[in-house]
Amino acid sequence: MTVNTDKLIRMAEQIAANMAYTDDQAVVAAKIADHLGRFWDPRMLQAIKEQAASEPASLSPVLLAAVTSLG
Amino acid sequence: MDNWYRVGAERDLGTPLVPGESLVSLHIDGMEVTVPEGTSVMRAASLSGTNIPKLCATEDLEPFGSCRMCLVQIEGRPGFPASCTTAVSEGMIVRTQSPQIAKLRRNVMELYISDHPLDCLTCPTNGNCELQDMAGAVGLREVRYGYEGENHLDKGKDETAPYFTFDASKCIVCSRCVRACEEQQGTFALTIQGRGFDSQIVASQNDDFAQSECVSCGACVKACPTATLTEKTIIAKGQPDKATVTTCAYCGVGCSFRAEMQGDELVRMVPNRDGHANHGHACVKGRFAFGYATHDDRITTPMIRDSIRDAWREVSWEEAISYAAKSMKDIQSKYGRKSIGGITSSRCTNEEVFVVQKFIRGAMGNNNVDTCARVCHSPTGYGLKTTLGESAGTQTFDSVMKADAIMIIGANPTEAHPVFGSMMKRRLRQGAGLIIVDPRATDLVDGTHIKADQHLQLKPGTNVAVINALAHVVISEGLEDKAFIESRCEVEAYQIWREFIAREENSPEALESVTGVAANEIREAARLFANAGNGAIYYGLGVTEHSQGSTMVMGIANLAMATGNIGREGVGVNPLRGQNNVQGSCDMGSFPHEFPGYRHVSDEATRGLFESAWGVTLDDQPGYRIPNMFDAAIDGSFKGLYIQGEDMAQSDPDTQHVQAALESMECVIVQDLFLNETAKYAHVFLPGSSFLEKDGTFTNAERRISPVRKVMQPKSGKAEWQVTCELSSAMGYPMSYEHPREIMDEIARLTPTFNGVSFEKLDELGSIQWPCNDEAPLGTPMMHREEFVRGKGYFAPTPYVPTDERSTSRYPLLLTTGRILSQYNVGAQTRRTHNMEFHSEDRIEIHPSDAEIRGIVHGSWVGIKSRAGETVLRADVTNRVLPGVVYTTFHHPESGANVVTTDNSDWATNCPEYKVTAIQAYPVSSPSEWQKMFANFHEEQTELHNKRKRIDRVLAKS
Repeated sequence: MTVNTDKLIRMAEQIAANMAYTDDQAVVAAKIADHLGRFWDPRMLQAIKEQAASEPASLSPVLLAAVTSLG
Repeated sequence: MDNWYRVGAERDLGTPLVPGESLVSLHIDGMEVTVPEGTSVMRAASLSGTNIPKLCATEDLEPFGSCRMCLVQIEGRPGFPASCTTAVSEGMIVRTQSPQIAKLRRNVMELYISDHPLDCLTCPTNGNCELQDMAGAVGLREVRYGYEGENHLDKGKDETAPYFTFDASKCIVCSRCVRACEEQQGTFALTIQGRGFDSQIVASQNDDFAQSECVSCGACVKACPTATLTEKTIIAKGQPDKATVTTCAYCGVGCSFRAEMQGDELVRMVPNRDGHANHGHACVKGRFAFGYATHDDRITTPMIRDSIRDAWREVSWEEAISYAAKSMKDIQSKYGRKSIGGITSSRCTNEEVFVVQKFIRGAMGNNNVDTCARVCHSPTGYGLKTTLGESAGTQTFDSVMKADAIMIIGANPTEAHPVFGSMMKRRLRQGAGLIIVDPRATDLVDGTHIKADQHLQLKPGTNVAVINALAHVVISEGLEDKAFIESRCEVEAYQIWREFIAREENSPEALESVTGVAANEIREAARLFANAGNGAIYYGLGVTEHSQGSTMVMGIANLAMATGNIGREGVGVNPLRGQNNVQGSCDMGSFPHEFPGYRHVSDEATRGLFESAWGVTLDDQPGYRIPNMFDAAIDGSFKGLYIQGEDMAQSDPDTQHVQAALESMECVIVQDLFLNETAKYAHVFLPGSSFLEKDGTFTNAERRISPVRKVMQPKSGKAEWQVTCELSSAMGYPMSYEHPREIMDEIARLTPTFNGVSFEKLDELGSIQWPCNDEAPLGTPMMHREEFVRGKGYFAPTPYVPTDERSTSRYPLLLTTGRILSQYNVGAQTRRTHNMEFHSEDRIEIHPSDAEIRGIVHGSWVGIKSRAGETVLRADVTNRVLPGVVYTTFHHPESGANVVTTDNSDWATNCPEYKVTAIQAYPVSSPSEWQKMFANFHEEQTELHNKRKRIDRVLAKS
């Protein structure tokens, strides 16, 4: 992981934690994905998608689900 | 249209406007006059064209009745009542002039003049002195007492205040200054000491003004009818002759001023009584601290250099623009379209900012545009858009006068929004309840005639826990406004939120150990707020600059909706926007994900509208925010940056990271007034212009668009928007305008909330609060009246997620930051004025117990270290902060306050978490490594600037 990817993961996990008001993981994942799509520059999205693909264990399960759903 | 007028033309009707529904008719000197019930006889006479002589009365202050000049005769009433303190009544018959009245007035004036210097011709207020005017008006011809009796003519002057002089020999003890300091400012610094002949005005405990509680707002100076309190600029230069109305360039209150001139020299700034935000009041900054505009440090010639280690070269505008454009285009060729971007200024006008974001989108072809709202109120944008549907505050400032309970969260209005703070204090003195949520004891916690009912002194980083606990009490104790919720809010979202907030984990008891606030205090505060008729919430950067800033804003909106406190006077969600035009900068689309008017870049209809108007294809993907730009710069993929009026090397967190990012770039263009910290890393310097040198508009925290009027030509020879247009044209996207009004016309065409705005309408109305369109042609003072902008209000769940930034054994203290009255943000302006006499250095506030165990004493040097870096500041040992919490300001670059702040930020917007940094503090005897490096770099860059020369001159000589 580069320093930048570390930071992207940290930011994304923070988003995930702040969406977690419900136990319904599908709802949370959808909200995370929506936020990332609306606010992240495409290069940042690409970087985290690549991270999810190459090292899925580095992301929490709900974040992994959200990033995967971005296609 | 000509907006200039002669100085001295402003009328003073004698006593304040009294709003009244019913009207009263009376006769004054035989003429029938009809005025609202409660109006004074003096004001009624003024309105009908008769100016009754007066000295202690002024429209800005409550009537006092002491000078005995304004006496009149009223049929059926004995004696000669004072017209200022006598209210009109139906059928009243008043005589304002008669031989007896004339004699009484002359006799009173005779007494005044028997104890007054007769040096009118050399007095600074010659030609603009109410005492002089009244002596003339009453026909004073002699002073039969002579001048040999006891008098006060040998009283000295107090010249210690930096901006005005107090000449006690000229005082007539009318008390206007005392009353101004009480009623308008609320500081109560002045009083009358002694009685009878010994009465004299003193500051605090008979201190010099500079040592007293005086905050140099200038209200007393404006109120003074003689030369006793006079601006030093008037003493030095004489009376101004013409004036125009403009808007302050400091904070988000957006005070309206009359800029009073001699030619193109500004003599003084006088707060405009008709100012819709400030109603004739001001603070030390806007009133007096304008000297930076003509400071020697101003750079007025463009400069370029190839590397930041080279000396600057002064060049022509053509060369500078051409060099900048080529550099940016070369970078894009090498690194890609998205490898460059720009930052708009929240200090520049709406028109200038609009042009910069248009330049970035049109010429650069990307959405890498951001503004300093990123680091202050971006969570407000996110939070209020999500819950209420619009990224702005809901009320006017005046609304506070109808509040019954005021909750201030993470804001310090008496320091950061002083004119609004004074208005709030007036309401608090009238009896409104006060709840303060702040880790620090700000002035309003226990100030002059003000005491908070509840001070929830929470641990830094626990805002959301507190707001959740407050909302929990509202729901669990049945204090919610069911009717409001049912009619105005989304039902399903409310049910989800209600279930969430009612959980035991959100109770004050469960959160007590987390927040450090006793459960019963939270319960009392919640009951006070919910049970008040009108509850209003005001908040600042102590809410937004946190890792859960956006969550907290939503929590505030939730509480306001739950208690039915939106949509009328006296309530609302009120973000105290910091900068003079940060609201405007956001409105103008200075965001990587939004066009002007807060419309997402992916929205096809909106993008199509702009593409059609601008004749260019626009990027439909979000671009980089400022922190992302810096990360990408260090990564090697972001190489060029155009910075208008921002100084991120001082203002943004984690200074060393910012410095590294700037050094990584190949072309940094800074457009500013001074060679600031960021400019030391620049390759192109384009001189900017101050607010005195431009026409345009600013938008304050009330969404109020106000005019900025040029009183002198731009010192650089070009308007800032002109420079941006030329740069854009040089980069292949031509842009040109004849005047800023054309830019506003374009904004109005393309932005629904600004549809009805124009310079003509602003001249007519004075100011306009957006939305201003067909539905609201005169603007919108209050939002969400019948329905929210998004239709129904949305309750957003706000789980408390503790920040990663926690105190540890290595960094056991928590640092929070804030502002001070006399300095403004990075201090670029105020450090170049006499305000330096008030606050010449940043200090660290530390609790006595924390200081003692570390061997730190008041005034000693303290090292502060965090995981980001280290700096040194002088200590202020005080009880204002709780044990475990320290506080500092960030106005001086050499303080390095941001060297220690970290890259933690708000989850939704990346607004930096300035308010929570874990640090250790220890006594030191020398500056930190960073400070030594800073001092060396500063010296190096200053030398490189001093070496600058015009290329032409060198070539000509050789």
